Amino acid sequence: MEMKTVDSNIHLDVEAIRLNFPILTKKVNGQTLVYFDNGATVQKPIAVIDAINDYYSHYNANIHRGVHTLSREATELFEQARQTVAAHFRVVNPQQCIFTAGTTDGINMIAQGLAKSILKPGDEILLTAYEHHSNILPWQLWAHENGGVLKVIPLLSNHSLDIDSISTLITAKTKVIAVTQVSNTLGLITPLEPLLKLAKQHGIITVIDGAQAAPHLPVDLTALNPDFFVCSAHKMYGPTGIGLLYMREQWLKTLPMAKTGGGTIKTVSFEKTEYAEGALRFEPGTPHIAGAVGFAAALKFMNAVGVSNIYQHETELVNEAQHQLLQLPEVEIYGQSEHKAGVISFNLKNAHPFDVGTLLDKYGIAVRTGHHCTQPLMQLLGIQGTVRASFAVYNTKAEVHHFIEKLKRVIHLLA
Amino acid sequence: MEIREIENEIIEEFELFGDDWEQKYEHLIDLGRSLPLIAEQYKTESNIIQGCQSRVWLNARYQDGKLVFTADSDAIITKGMVALMIRLLSYQTPEAIIKAPLEFINKIGLKEHLSPTRANGLVSMIKRMKQEAVQHLAK
Ligand SMILES: Cc1ncc(COP(=O)(O)O)c(C=O)c1O
Repeated sequence: MEMKTVDSNIHLDVEAIRLNFPILTKKVNGQTLVYFDNGATVQKPIAVIDAINDYYSHYNANIHRGVHTLSREATELFEQARQTVAAHFRVVNPQQCIFTAGTTDGINMIAQGLAKSILKPGDEILLTAYEHHSNILPWQLWAHENGGVLKVIPLLSNHSLDIDSISTLITAKTKVIAVTQVSNTLGLITPLEPLLKLAKQHGIITVIDGAQAAPHLPVDLTALNPDFFVCSAHKMYGPTGIGLLYMREQWLKTLPMAKTGGGTIKTVSFEKTEYAEGALRFEPGTPHIAGAVGFAAALKFMNAVGVSNIYQHETELVNEAQHQLLQLPEVEIYGQSEHKAGVISFNLKNAHPFDVGTLLDKYGIAVRTGHHCTQPLMQLLGIQGTVRASFAVYNTKAEVHHFIEKLKRVIHLLA
Repeated sequence: MEIREIENEIIEEFELFGDDWEQKYEHLIDLGRSLPLIAEQYKTESNIIQGCQSRVWLNARYQDGKLVFTADSDAIITKGMVALMIRLLSYQTPEAIIKAPLEFINKIGLKEHLSPTRANGLVSMIKRMKQEAVQHLAK
């Protein structure tokens, strides 16, 4: 397969970037891997792999509790990672950046914390019709156990969010709006500004699921100023098992903890505990130190390339793929738009996505098929699932063209 | 025909394609299309075998000492695999079904479809077929 790249209105040397990703030279079913499952998890650059390796080889120790040199060095690396994360998301106080196990973990911490403090029976939570299960189930659990209500912001016929409907859905009982910034299934970008403005006017708590936005778009949390924001490092060129929970400063003191234990305290007796302030209060137990170090290395990689450059490059890939797919009468695209974040979802008419994915895999092309953890959206669209191609900075137009050629073969085979 | 004979027949059939996986899959897809559909009345919740992605429906009946299976799937490649299993195990005695080694899947290079992580419902379907056989012996 010809891999020479002709991308670039922007000065991104994708061929050079690809050299940072050892896995991209792997053969799958005898073919060069074309990895279009970046929405699920992104491949890791050498800088991240090395940072984790280096940490375990030279710095490993438990943190926040040792006087010895190694422990101090490890603590420093961990706290530096927090600063890197804070700087990346334009957060002034790094203590507002709490390390979690990932997006799902973060949303559970928020939902449980709010359930213990703010939320009362009969209260309402607004979600979008395209939420990921991870931003539905923690709220649904609260709703089922406490007589709460989940309300859903509907989609327009072009599958974008019906922003105008929000003001009619808000009532005096609406306590939380929890929305994904980018739909992991459709790639559509939620217009956050009007939504956050409305929430502010009504004193509603805002929770942003940034799992699919943070890998593709610059995110300025000071400018956005939501109550909470969560994302996962593994979708941002970092390791699995670590993510960010950002909270507005007031919540650091007031949000009840979902879990507790060693490392979160100032003093403990059997009767009473005085908790630590800041992020530590939400990080019980030994944290994923190597993960935090890897997360920071991943963000440095993203910033070296430039997040805006990443977005622009991926948008070119999405629009190229979309343009080519539209030429094929057998293809139906969901959430068609020129403004998507690295994701394109489609089906072949009269073919099950499982068949399409199975055959593309035989050609070495990794796409995702199925409901993408958005079953309510599938029910709304009246389908079992979709085929999803999702892009990262190392993908090329040549790969997109290769994918389209092979998809034509798949259409032929399934005809 | 005995299960072993049918297995050999299928292996020979697939040997024609050599290493050409496209031809092999075209054949599998053709087999899927040729599968007599399960009667709508049997496409019930209790006959559904939920894979994570593709679904399989299986119905079993007992006739003259043999088990007869009909089945369907919403994915055509899965359906092709289902067709192979039906060709092999339908109209066999419960004893033969229980003993069937199913090694031919390896030999025709489609083993990946029977991986438990495959999420296509096939592994559960075969389990269900063998369970039916065990249940009939127990009766
Ligand atoms: C929009 C969205 N939210 C939440 C998640 C869950 O992320 P994680 O599995 O890393 O917790 C994902 C990942 O698939 C996602 O795409």
